[in-house]
Amino acid sequence: MTKKPLIKLEGVSKHYVKNKMSIDIFDELDLVIKENEFVAIMGPSGSGKTTLLNLIGGIDRPTSGTITFGGEQIDTFSESQLSKWRAANIGFIFQFYNLMPMLTAAQNVELPLLLTKLSKSERKEHVKTALAIVELEDRAKFYPREMSGGQQQRVAIARAFISDPKVLLCDEPTGDLDRKTAEEILKILQLLAKDFGKTVIIVTHDPEAAKFADRQLHLDKGKFFERKAA
Amino acid sequence: MTYFRLLRKNLTRKKLRLFLTIFSIFTAFLIFGILKTFDSALNAGIELAGADRLITSSKVSLIQPLPFSHYTKIKATEGVANVTHASWFGGYYQEPKNFIVSFAVDAQSYLEIYPEIFIPQDHQENFLANRQGVLVGEALAQQYNWKVGDTFPLISSIWTNQDGSRTWEFKVEGIFSDPEEKFDTRSLMFHYVYFNEGRTGARDTIGWLVIKTESPEVNEAVSKAIDEQFANSPNETKTDTEAAFGKAFLEQFGNIGLIITSIVGAAFFTILLIAGNTMVLAVRERTNEIAVMKTLGFANGRIFTLIILEALILVLLGGLPALGFSWVLIEALKGAVGGALPPMTLTPEIFLQAIAYMVLLGFVTGGLPAFNAVRINVAAALGRKAL
Repeated sequence: MTKKPLIKLEGVSKHYVKNKMSIDIFDELDLVIKENEFVAIMGPSGSGKTTLLNLIGGIDRPTSGTITFGGEQIDTFSESQLSKWRAANIGFIFQFYNLMPMLTAAQNVELPLLLTKLSKSERKEHVKTALAIVELEDRAKFYPREMSGGQQQRVAIARAFISDPKVLLCDEPTGDLDRKTAEEILKILQLLAKDFGKTVIIVTHDPEAAKFADRQLHLDKGKFFERKAA
Repeated sequence: MTYFRLLRKNLTRKKLRLFLTIFSIFTAFLIFGILKTFDSALNAGIELAGADRLITSSKVSLIQPLPFSHYTKIKATEGVANVTHASWFGGYYQEPKNFIVSFAVDAQSYLEIYPEIFIPQDHQENFLANRQGVLVGEALAQQYNWKVGDTFPLISSIWTNQDGSRTWEFKVEGIFSDPEEKFDTRSLMFHYVYFNEGRTGARDTIGWLVIKTESPEVNEAVSKAIDEQFANSPNETKTDTEAAFGKAFLEQFGNIGLIITSIVGAAFFTILLIAGNTMVLAVRERTNEIAVMKTLGFANGRIFTLIILEALILVLLGGLPALGFSWVLIEALKGAVGGALPPMTLTPEIFLQAIAYMVLLGFVTGGLPAFNAVRINVAAALGRKAL
């Protein structure tokens, strides 16, 4: 069965103005990411990988061009439309986990569910399942400071997928972890793509991490160079 | 997890800072509660003031007595509907610390001019019939457990009796109350005739006169006519409306309103800075977390509301216990000072005014950080390079 395109960038350009100088990040960029794909975006520092992720996640806007998601053009959405859209469709995973330090693992995972109409008991059930998927049921009541980096990243992953978004956007998700832990994290992301039908996009410097993806894209000087997965 | 728990967790993340902020808010509202109650008690007389009542006292000083003849002359002045007079007794019960607000009055006319004083009919009749009778305020009667028919001695700090002592005997003939709680019921009044005949000095003088005019419109003309009547005499007068008299009486102690406003204002400005600074810091520290919440789909409006609510809870946590503690202190103070101060009560009006200030303070201190939170650039706040 052929996968349908989910995210489409057409002629997307992004420029910044800094100290009265215009800086081009990329110009006329085209990209299609299909449903249920695991894509790795690589490239040197400053190539615009993170900016690209921000544009796809609706936390930044292109200077020109269009971004469509499931057929809907999102770059014209208002801020409140984008918030609702992100809550329903996007899960973010960051290099430094970005968990709320005053909340336990379970509470961190539950946070996005406050935006839903689920009851307290339903939310509790969802949290339990999400923590089971990332194998952290026994750490539900632990605070971030009481967990290792790998465990914190797994909590962050559970938080990202608990509201069942279509896409997981991961910015250097293994950048702060040792090789063994990084592999565990990447396997979880792989599992989410294969068994749970999520579209996973990771930005990474690490070629070993990129090998877990179905498709690797190299962004350099504002252009993509595609490389087939090994 | 609920929004309330999220707010609680955010508030309690730095416990020492939370405690110090709450304590500063507590102190400010404690000052507010006590001073406003004090101010309200002092102004009770002004609030009581009748629009058609004037007070005439000596132009020299409130404590300078006026000759009794002023009473009959004023009674004959055009525009005057009724006149009464009162004299300060300066009494205490048993010990000077049991000070009692006590006046010698012309009973019949006094009760006519102050219809807000409620007295059962039989009490009034008995009081008018007995020269040695006294009308005791409800709160004062409760304090000393005085009942109708009881007799008690009252010691005057000013007036000596015919027997050379300063002790005056009275019989309780009536107990008065004020359903609107504006008239001081921790006071008592008795007959001028008994007082004037009994005292050894300053006979046939009176403290001040209360005049009921035919209508408030003639107040100015009547007061002018009275004062002109006694101009250039040894006993010049000063006639004011009852409200102005009450205000002038308070101003003997300095401009209390200004002092209270200044203290409360300074306290509020200080806590505004403290609480505002705390909220700004707390939100700035959380810039990254707020950005994460935005990536999770929390809209600007929701984040704004959460921060405003946090500021409101912070202010209420300090303010509400302060009001409770003010009430306890005021109740304790009442017992300690006896009748030396006007009746003090933390009224529902003061309570509601304090709540309104708390809400305002919450909005002001939460507003700026909430606005800043809404403006956070998510990409920049997450500490990720834009490139």
